[in-house]
Amino acid sequence: MSASRLTTGGSDIDRGRPLSFTFDGSRVEGFAGDTIASALLASGQAVVGRSFKYHRPRGIWGSGVEEPNALVDVESAAGRVPNARATTVQATDGIRVTSVNASPTAENDRNAVLDRFARFLPAAFYYKTFMWPDWHLFEPRIRAMAGLGIVDSDWKPRQVSDQVNHHCDVLVVGAGPAGLAAAASAAAAGHSVVLADDGAHPGGSLRHRVGEVDGVEGRAWVEATVARLKGAGQLMLSETAAFGLYDHNLVALNQRHADGRPDTLWRVRPRRIVLATGAIERPVPFANNDLPGILSADAALSYLRRHGVLVGREIVVATNNDSAYEPASALAAAGASVTVVDCRRAGDAQAKGGIRVLAGRTITAARGRNAVQGVLLDDGTTLGVDCVLVSGGWTPTVHLFSQAKGKLAWSDQLAAFIPGELIDGIGVAGAVAGTVSLSEALASGAAAPGDFGSSSAAPRGTGAEATLGVVSLWPNPKAKGRVWIDYQSDVTAKDVELAARENFVSVEHLKRYTTLGMATDQGKTSNLNGLALLADITGRGIAEVGTTTYRPPFTPVPFASLAGSRRASMHAPVRRLPLEANHRAAGAVFQEYGGWLRPAYYGGGEAGASIEDEARRARQSVALFDGSTLGKIEVVGPRAAEFVDFIYYNTMSTLKPGHCRYGFMLSENGVVFDDGVLVRLDEHRFIVSCSSSHVAAVHARLEEWRQDRFGREAVYIHNATAQYATLTVSGPNARQVVEALDLGAALDDASLPHMAIAAGRFAGDEVRIARVSFTGDRSYEISIRADRAEALWARMRQEGRAFDAVLLGLESLMILRAEKGYIVIGKDTDGTTMPHDLGVAGPRTKRAGEFVGKRSLFTEAGNSADRNQLVGLAVREGEAPLATGAHGVEKRDGRLRSIGFVTSSYQSPTLGRPVALALIERGAARHGETIDVQHLGVVRQATIVAPCAFDPEGRRLHA
Amino acid sequence: MQLFPCPFCGPREESEFHYGGEAGNLRPDGSEVTAERWAGYLHMRDNPKGPTREIWVHLTCGEFFAMSRDSVNHKVSGSTALGEAERGA
Ligand SMILES: [Zn+2]
Repeated sequence: MSASRLTTGGSDIDRGRPLSFTFDGSRVEGFAGDTIASALLASGQAVVGRSFKYHRPRGIWGSGVEEPNALVDVESAAGRVPNARATTVQATDGIRVTSVNASPTAENDRNAVLDRFARFLPAAFYYKTFMWPDWHLFEPRIRAMAGLGIVDSDWKPRQVSDQVNHHCDVLVVGAGPAGLAAAASAAAAGHSVVLADDGAHPGGSLRHRVGEVDGVEGRAWVEATVARLKGAGQLMLSETAAFGLYDHNLVALNQRHADGRPDTLWRVRPRRIVLATGAIERPVPFANNDLPGILSADAALSYLRRHGVLVGREIVVATNNDSAYEPASALAAAGASVTVVDCRRAGDAQAKGGIRVLAGRTITAARGRNAVQGVLLDDGTTLGVDCVLVSGGWTPTVHLFSQAKGKLAWSDQLAAFIPGELIDGIGVAGAVAGTVSLSEALASGAAAPGDFGSSSAAPRGTGAEATLGVVSLWPNPKAKGRVWIDYQSDVTAKDVELAARENFVSVEHLKRYTTLGMATDQGKTSNLNGLALLADITGRGIAEVGTTTYRPPFTPVPFASLAGSRRASMHAPVRRLPLEANHRAAGAVFQEYGGWLRPAYYGGGEAGASIEDEARRARQSVALFDGSTLGKIEVVGPRAAEFVDFIYYNTMSTLKPGHCRYGFMLSENGVVFDDGVLVRLDEHRFIVSCSSSHVAAVHARLEEWRQDRFGREAVYIHNATAQYATLTVSGPNARQVVEALDLGAALDDASLPHMAIAAGRFAGDEVRIARVSFTGDRSYEISIRADRAEALWARMRQEGRAFDAVLLGLESLMILRAEKGYIVIGKDTDGTTMPHDLGVAGPRTKRAGEFVGKRSLFTEAGNSADRNQLVGLAVREGEAPLATGAHGVEKRDGRLRSIGFVTSSYQSPTLGRPVALALIERGAARHGETIDVQHLGVVRQATIVAPCAFDPEGRRLHA
Repeated sequence: MQLFPCPFCGPREESEFHYGGEAGNLRPDGSEVTAERWAGYLHMRDNPKGPTREIWVHLTCGEFFAMSRDSVNHKVSGSTALGEAERGA
């Protein structure tokens, strides 16, 4: 191949602004306005990559998003982009461009030898051959030989990708003549328009093909139309690919920026979509049709007129239609020797000055090693060439239409699938809709906005109109040699034949068996040739074979663009305590618990020792704990008592104002969903204090029953969890510390007994003091406005000093509650645990009224005697704690079976021995029994005991 | 991404909503409910192909409502607040 830059011409480039970059380490010169591909062509670079499977040398084939071969990794100051299409990335000074799947360079690739074994490597070869003993043994090596670009594992975003949500009346995808006509029509009707194009400049085919609109030269009409749209405030997005079309007219677009900014993701929700996505030229099937120097005829014309690049000197153009004649003539006029090999009869082939036409002929094979050097015709003649241009007809770019569930219709006249029955809210225009002439394209564009278009006359083509006259030129199943169908996935006609022979005759199976049309390419150039070949082999029509499902994205989208700001700490933001800074200052080590970032333990020491120390000291004197995450959902209203009775397993309406009660909430399946304390403030006012990690779910559940069963007027529900901080004082000396806080509330046990509340004030603010305990020791939970909590916490720490108060992290609290046999829902219960499994059977047998989950408690499963029930497990003296998750096991009929499992297990520093909770089959009736407990193959013995291991009489709650 | 009409907030993105179940799955109260009836309430769903009537909740405003939509072509024909739905509006 001897492509070169001409001394003049090239509408896209600025010869006054030269630039250079490197490709596989070699310097490449270009001009501002070049794509990487046009600069590579201008510098005569024939081989730009290696094929996916066989490591065949590959050159540039296309000039836009359809490019299957020229995938490159691009490194710039902004970072590294893998698998970029060289045809769509603007060349910029100083970037480093590397070919993919080639080492050390595309030109000299050490795995090129693979191609010599190609006949041993048909479709599915790897899967079939490396089945034994295990495909996964071979996979890493094989994957390293195949594949595309390299991900930079050290990549760090310098900047977050913007994501834009946008609404408009009409979104036009594609700024070719049809798209421009559509945008102009909608704008003229007074509607807001977004016009997006994946190219750097609007105009589509009018940028490189001759055309005249309303008496004006095509490009001038494009400029004027764009200027008018911009002047009217319409939004024009260039280098923006619409890659996905989703329900209810949502279109996702990815916008590239020339200034190094990361891509922007657009989510546009227009009232009407116009798809003016054009069509993609098809390859022509002949042996070795993948050699570098064989490219799309339209792409060659584009490189000539946009970039001043002549793709070859001795050119053969292979075609089955009229569209290849403009490139042929133009390249001849630019100095190349051009022969057109037209498979059609002499009358259809258009002999013109300057080009030779061989009518009724086809190419059967190309030859050459790293570039095409000659072609063999079906009549046996050979032609020496340095470039072959191909036009196998045009495939409408129906991807987005298909994503919208649009049905396709086969057109014999166009030898292609075009959109069939139209879809509400979506118009199609131009080549995607099957138009050929400029006038047709413009007319379909002006009409495509439908009700959103203007009634003024559509622009008209006033020059010579294009014709197509395409005939079938599909791959021949009996053809000799290797005829490439899918360049990017390295699929040949033989692979399609093999798939058919092995009965993969559904088009979806063909795709998966051969990988035809998969991956980043989505069959842009290959789809139809593959379908036509399968149709031929299986004796069906192409329409009958049908197409595979097109999936988003139409073009690859960077993960950074899809992620936007949802990364690192913003990926799943944690909820934070109002006193986080104070805990940090006190040396807290934080962990996430149920979405909240909370102190796990304090002090810089070893975790295990710190946690045990906290748990021990909490029992000795007094502990301070931040329980702000506890749910505080207010239930207020005339039917509030009736409401909580229905919500809870336990009867709650009998609770006296100023008191609290512990209870369960069940799901309708009868399974324990949450536990916690309900506070009754007055006759019609309750506070649901649910588990920290369940607040959102409990709130939603309360709302659902309120709205569905009780009605809006009966109760009102307010989630006040974040409005209050709850600071807890617990331990034998808790009362002395709380008294020192001087809250103005009577703290004697007659005034404030266990499970009662009192109102007080701290520094002028109301506080609520609740005597509830999750440690088993006398405890006071003090709730205060979150923004005033800091002073109260400081005072608590100050008054605690005299009692050697310890700060409790969540880990030591877990030990304290396990010593007492207090459960954590979801840890000590699972998706089958019912309240009577936890030893709370009273309401099940006694409650008369209706409550959530009630009927489920009496199903066959609910009544079963073999249920897993909460127990404690004790190990022999001196032994280590059991592993959490270890299974209780027993032999029955010679087989080992599980009889439950350990749910919580800790070393208790206060008791000086392990404590454990478990769910064990019929456990409640088996206290004293010793069972086998198995973990990772090791079997130990444990004795079933009551869940509560510490202070079973509960004296310390009142001490 | 579909657009759902919250009766209180208007059309909003699908991701703001949570599915609440098939409309008309009424809860049978009482201890005398047969196991079959109760299992039907808990587990048996019609999962219709085509027009459906469903309960959804708009998470951002917290309101539950009934929505009519087509499970095949995803067209939404309307939504009513729960109270109105009960009154047959
Ligand atoms: Zn709403």
